[in-house]
Amino acid sequence: MSLLRVEGLSKAFGGFEAVRDVSFTLEAGERLAIIGPNGAGKSTCFNMIGGQLRPDRGRVLLNGEEITGLPPRAVWRKGVGRTFQIAAAFGSMTVVENVQMALLSHHGRARALFPLARALYREEAMALLERVGIRDQAERFCSVLAYGDIKRVELAVALAHGPRLLLMDEPTAGMAPAERHALMRLVSAIVAERGIAVLFTEHDMDVVFAYADRILVINRGRLIAEGPPERVRADREVQAIYLGSSVEAPA
Amino acid sequence: MDPGFLFVQFLNGLATASFLFMASAGLTIVFGVTRIVNFAHGSFYMLGAYIAYTLAGVFMEVAYGAVSFWGAIFLAAAIVGLLGVLLELVVLRRIYDAPELFQLLATFAVVLIVQDLVRMTWGGEDLLGPRAPGLKSFVVVLDRRFPEYELAMIFAGPLVLGALWLLFHRTRFGVLVRAATLDREMVGALGVNQALLFTGVLFLGAFLAGLAGALQLPREPANPYMDVNIIVEAFVVTVIGGMGSVTGAFLAALLIGELQAFGILIFPKITLVLAFLVMAAVLIVRPYGLLGRPQAESHAAARAGAGLAAGTPLQRSLWMGLLAFLLLLPLFADEYSLKLAIELLIFGLFAFSLNFIMGWGGIVSFGHAAYFGLGAYGAALLVHHLAWPMEAAILSAPLVAGVAALVFGALCVRLSGVYLAMLTLAFAQIVYAIAFQWVELTGGDNGLIGIWPSSWASSRTVYYYLTLAVTLAGIGLLWRFLYAPFGYSSRAVRDSAIRADAIGIDPRYQRWLAFTVSGIAAGLGGGLYVFSKGNIDPEVLAIPTSVDALTMVLLGGVETVTGPLAGAALLTLLKDFVMPLTLYWKMVMGGLILAMVLAFPKGLVGILGDRLPGLQAAPTGRERPA
Ligand SMILES: Nc1ncnc2c1ncn2[C@@H]1O[C@H](COP(=O)(O)OP(=O)(O)OP(=O)(O)O)[C@@H](O)[C@H]1O
Ligand SMILES: [Mg+2]
Repeated sequence: MSLLRVEGLSKAFGGFEAVRDVSFTLEAGERLAIIGPNGAGKSTCFNMIGGQLRPDRGRVLLNGEEITGLPPRAVWRKGVGRTFQIAAAFGSMTVVENVQMALLSHHGRARALFPLARALYREEAMALLERVGIRDQAERFCSVLAYGDIKRVELAVALAHGPRLLLMDEPTAGMAPAERHALMRLVSAIVAERGIAVLFTEHDMDVVFAYADRILVINRGRLIAEGPPERVRADREVQAIYLGSSVEAPA
Repeated sequence: MDPGFLFVQFLNGLATASFLFMASAGLTIVFGVTRIVNFAHGSFYMLGAYIAYTLAGVFMEVAYGAVSFWGAIFLAAAIVGLLGVLLELVVLRRIYDAPELFQLLATFAVVLIVQDLVRMTWGGEDLLGPRAPGLKSFVVVLDRRFPEYELAMIFAGPLVLGALWLLFHRTRFGVLVRAATLDREMVGALGVNQALLFTGVLFLGAFLAGLAGALQLPREPANPYMDVNIIVEAFVVTVIGGMGSVTGAFLAALLIGELQAFGILIFPKITLVLAFLVMAAVLIVRPYGLLGRPQAESHAAARAGAGLAAGTPLQRSLWMGLLAFLLLLPLFADEYSLKLAIELLIFGLFAFSLNFIMGWGGIVSFGHAAYFGLGAYGAALLVHHLAWPMEAAILSAPLVAGVAALVFGALCVRLSGVYLAMLTLAFAQIVYAIAFQWVELTGGDNGLIGIWPSSWASSRTVYYYLTLAVTLAGIGLLWRFLYAPFGYSSRAVRDSAIRADAIGIDPRYQRWLAFTVSGIAAGLGGGLYVFSKGNIDPEVLAIPTSVDALTMVLLGGVETVTGPLAGAALLTLLKDFVMPLTLYWKMVMGGLILAMVLAFPKGLVGILGDRLPGLQAAPTGRERPA
């Protein structure tokens, strides 16, 4: 049984079909990339899997269990952690508090009235920050962080409940090339050590071909190619979409 | 009921609808473009009536006739339009990007100022305007008489709608207005002179309000209450129609107009409530009104709200000092000061409860008086009708308010931003209307008297200590909740609902719980309040009470924990010392609010925190140096 199974996923916005009939599977331990030009429907796919958007048609199964149309919090509870294309963090909290918040929720104590939140699950949160490499930023407020660091905070937050699946919508957007590779190495290591899976999108083809085990290509909402990097790179249609640029000659 | 009567009632409904539409159209247009809910729209309406009164007096003195009459009406509307321009230039322009709370309060401050200006200029009496020449008589329909002027007004509404349609579809200005209503930032991108557009829109909005007020003159005298009365009705119409939609406002006006005309036959007692019930019902089914659409997400970067810091040693010693002062106060304070101190403590709790959801949860409640007042009424009713003792009544107050907050909150937290603020206001008005109209239960306008403490607590000093203990307990608990996971969750939802949802926190549910907790605390304050006064009347539920609480929070500082307490103290003392010295207290209060919004948006405690870092380790995330 696949960890994630997506069948015939479709979504239209007022008559405009953003995603049409997309199906794929994702296995534990696998790094799957979705690529496609701007507006192809990548984020829409992420949002339908993560629960932010309700699909018009199609099904999403996690370990064989149907999660189609569940709200984000329920999808999270099933073991899915995610990051957003536009990084979303709690700006009025420090980095470590952001992670503590996720841990509080995971331990079912997000609505506790009396304990001081600052003291709860702090060590666990620090360990996660250590893992994603921003322990030294722990006491800074998210609102003043560099964008690349916020992306790492998001990753730590997404990992807090020990998810089986990570959804990462453009995890390296806004980063310098060296930093991108560092982050994706980190993600790969986490995926390997935890035996989880990651679904990510990325505009930087170097990154995609270096870190994806398999690639899905979508264009105008439709899945047009799928396979291991070499095969996708050789695909005519894919080359046409990318005008032969970075696909043909990855560094 | 004969058909003639019903038909006339139907016509009455149409005339009312016409007026409601004219009074609301400007409000919805201004909101559509500027995204500001302009309370001062009611002031424009009132000014239209008063100015038309004066002009018509002069003109018709010179030459009696239709030309003088209509000339006065339209000139008055034009003058009011220019006042709208003035408002845009002086106030609105500075607050387009401010949080909703500041916008609502700033325009309400203008309402207060205009009220006193009107009273200075025209006095407080009702002023009956001239009847319209040529339209003084009646027409007979189905054996019933119907006033000609009303008949003419039935056509005025659709006429205005038609004129607006032409304006919006046939002029460049109108096309820009429509574009801006759909997407404000798009207009900026088109290279349109946005400032000019906004000024023009304010002229149009104020002109329409002034026209509606002036046209009202032959029906009802100009009076100093018409601003708040009409703005509440206009809100209902705009919200039902969908804010920003002129056609929606027209449909909503028809609905409300006919509802009032026939509702009064079926439910004569609850006409006030009826409109709000319809509004609540519509919003439950269509959260953005009949023809409204969700506000386009602002593309601007999200504002970082305030964070929380651990107390500093200096803070702790200050608190200890304050506590000692409060405990020892009865030793040196006279009866009057104690009474003042009691009030101050109660309003401190009330304001703190408001900021619990507003500052720390991002829920701008414009109707918090409902929960304070329901606590007060709940306690008073139990004493009055069931002869409950004070202790039980005070304990029941937060329950009554909490149940109301639970019910109203469930509906309110489905919305956000201005819509939420308007719905909270609507619920407060429903409660106000019930207290006002259900005379058998509540004593109506006169309220209930003789609600005194039990004998052991009847001395001022004892009641002071009781109040001190209860309010400090209430504030202390809320305070603790802010630092507990519960408060963090509220703040998480405020900062980023999408992130909160993606880590298992249901944003709506969290907001609902916080709203309810806040309502409970406000109700507790209300319960204490009624026994400190000995009586209660519907004023405690009215808009000014909600605005007082908002002003306290604003004065002290929204993004601070202690601000609401400082603000409550300041406003209560100001009211006590300054109000007796001036005839024009509203102007003072309005000026104060405007000054705070425009010049000191961080409030007292916020400013102090910046100046004296040891006093408030206020970590407003965004200013902290990297
Ligand atoms: N809420 C929405 N309402 C209307 N249209 C939408 C909405 N969300 C996305 N779209 C449209 O759907 C299409 C797909 O959007 P999506 O965000 O999924 O693209 P994407 O592949 O993630 O693009 P990018 O690489 O720019 O992030 C786009 O044309 C977009 O304009
Ligand atoms: Mg995207």
